[in-house]
Amino acid sequence: MRNVLYTLLGTAFGITLYKAEIISWYRIQEMFRFHSFHMYGVLFSAVAVGALSVAMMKAVLARSADGRSLTIAKRPFQHGMWIGGFVFGMGWALTGACPGPLWVHVGAGTSVMLIAIASALVGVVVYAILQPRLPH
Amino acid sequence: MSESLYSPWPWYIAGPMVGLMVPLMILVGNRRWGVSSSFRHVCAIALPRRPAYLRYDWKQESWSLFFVGGAVIGGFLAAHFFPNGEVSSIAPRTRNAIAALGFDAPRGLVPAEVFSLAHVWSARGLLMVVIGGFLVGFGSRYANGCTSGHAVTGLALLEWPALVATLSFFAGGLLVTHVVYPLLF
Repeated sequence: MRNVLYTLLGTAFGITLYKAEIISWYRIQEMFRFHSFHMYGVLFSAVAVGALSVAMMKAVLARSADGRSLTIAKRPFQHGMWIGGFVFGMGWALTGACPGPLWVHVGAGTSVMLIAIASALVGVVVYAILQPRLPH
Repeated sequence: MSESLYSPWPWYIAGPMVGLMVPLMILVGNRRWGVSSSFRHVCAIALPRRPAYLRYDWKQESWSLFFVGGAVIGGFLAAHFFPNGEVSSIAPRTRNAIAALGFDAPRGLVPAEVFSLAHVWSARGLLMVVIGGFLVGFGSRYANGCTSGHAVTGLALLEWPALVATLSFFAGGLLVTHVVYPLLF
């Protein structure tokens, strides 16, 4: 049952990313050139709505649907966040897509993005192999 | 209504929709929302011999695969039943800038002269699709999150490391846009 909900949330997410052109390579170029407010508006309003709703939910509810307490583990700082983050940003500007949009593109019929996903998977495997030797 | 279905959605509809993923994922299953971990799970499932990073019980994280499965379905439904028009409202200055780099005038969601099966093995295709995809996968796992996990979820949970990651995403993107593209194209 919960898996149906995850799938439905993903579907809503996919429709939104397509309809607001968040999966557009051109929109990402616009963003990195500071020529349009569109993507910044998406990001800022997403963060604002996320922050407010989480705060409200914590005030009203103590537990999630599966009965566990509503606490999300903090993600502690590691140097990979800025090193890997920089590498990721380069990939974002090249493909014009971060991981969510890559999946949405596949559904929307940009079949060449399957090759980008395959490359991303190779990237994950290379990271997995190098992980013990990379600074974190 | 049909007008709004077939025209692109404004940021003030899309942003809140995306932001709601954070509380909804917590509500449904106490999950910290993020997309790039799905790549890790696919590798953990598919690889016969796994490095330590890929040795874990991915079934505990299967929500991520249902979510991205839904994202594929959502992309299909939107593109087939209420597609955006070919004409997009990309800023004139961006149009000029990418024309100067040798790209065609914007049509659809991606430059078809690069992002198509016919052109993926060209120099631009290799750089933007193949190398770009590699950097997205490698970088997002090295950073332990991508735009969704850090820039939306992390910032919404008011975590400062997420801000470091988000600013680094932009630093990398600015380098490619303002240095690498002009140098190579």
